[in-house]
Amino acid sequence: MREGFFKWLDGDYEAMEDFLDAAEVHDEPREAVKAHRKVLVEAADQADRAVVLEEKCRRIFDRLYLAIAVISCVTLIGVLLFTVANLPYFGQENPRTVEVVRRYVEDGLHETGAVNIVSGMILDYRAFDTLGESHVLFTALICVTILLRRDKKNMRKGYEDYYRITADRFFAVSNDMILRKVGLILIPMIFLYGIYILLNGQNSPGGGFSGGAILGAGMIIFAASCGFETTDRFFTRRFFSFASVASLSFYSFAKGYVFITGANSIPNGIPKGTPGAILSGGLILPLDIAVGLVVACTMFGFYSLFRRGSIGSQEV
Amino acid sequence: MRTVLEVILLILLIGCAICVNLTGNLLRAVVIFMSYSSIMCIVWILLESPDLAITEAAVGAGVSGMLFLLTLRKIDAEDAGDSYLEGETFGPDETAAGEEKS
Repeated sequence: MREGFFKWLDGDYEAMEDFLDAAEVHDEPREAVKAHRKVLVEAADQADRAVVLEEKCRRIFDRLYLAIAVISCVTLIGVLLFTVANLPYFGQENPRTVEVVRRYVEDGLHETGAVNIVSGMILDYRAFDTLGESHVLFTALICVTILLRRDKKNMRKGYEDYYRITADRFFAVSNDMILRKVGLILIPMIFLYGIYILLNGQNSPGGGFSGGAILGAGMIIFAASCGFETTDRFFTRRFFSFASVASLSFYSFAKGYVFITGANSIPNGIPKGTPGAILSGGLILPLDIAVGLVVACTMFGFYSLFRRGSIGSQEV
Repeated sequence: MRTVLEVILLILLIGCAICVNLTGNLLRAVVIFMSYSSIMCIVWILLESPDLAITEAAVGAGVSGMLFLLTLRKIDAEDAGDSYLEGETFGPDETAAGEEKS
């Protein structure tokens, strides 16, 4: 051992190898530590590799996504431009639909009694379309009500105050002086304009949908500038349900009557009136009012539900 | 003269449509969308369909933009967009969620 030690001092490291190995108390544990460290390193390597792989996959997915998005967008643009290029020029007669157009333009005033041929079209010739649109709006409002309405059934217990605070008044803008003053000047004009467009739909551009949208927008400005207390005085949930349901059922029954009598060639007995007068166009004016009510109620209902989770006054 | 106006309006329309996609900020995107509707309203008038112009002005520029703004406020994302692209999360912060749980 001594010889070995001196040899080791002289630089022959292998001479002491056996002794060192024997003297090492932690021989086997060192192996275990080594093995454990190896396992750890391997696991870390694997994790690194997984991260790298994930990164690579994500990069590939991103590129693929971008490529697919660009390709589909370009394809869609190409298809649409191709279709547009094949359309007849603006203002030119389309030979495929010229019969219908000629019928509308030439006999529209005589058959519907409406000076504004667009109103005559959407509320007389194609009233079924407008009926469907009104019902779509009403259904959309019902869906928003299902999703956003706050009542006792979908509220956490003990959080009534929290809901009441976050519902509306906490963020209300009705204390804004500029909005309030401008609103007070603008709101009467907006309402008058909406009512004019609604009632004069058979004689001038406009009609149920446009007038109702303007009335709804006016209601929104009213509620935004003066607070919901002012609109709650007349626009309650009861009023909303009554107006919507009454309008839709009136529309359905009136148009059903006209369709049944028209299909069986029975005179329906509704006076057309003189073209250009406010009471003209037969059923167009009442139908305009019905559609306008539904649209206005829907617009304001959307706003009210989005902002405080209820139509009409707070039902919390 | 009228053709020049139409071309300017159409270029603005396409510019707005591209800007809505490219802007990162959601609030700015809503405002650009509303201006898109306003330009579209003038284009409808030039195409001689005032019915559609009235509806576009009331629904496109007014009510739908208002609903977008209300939605942004409801999900607390009025100034989201730029920070979202950088990887930060937006929405109700965690303390509020923790309070609600307890």
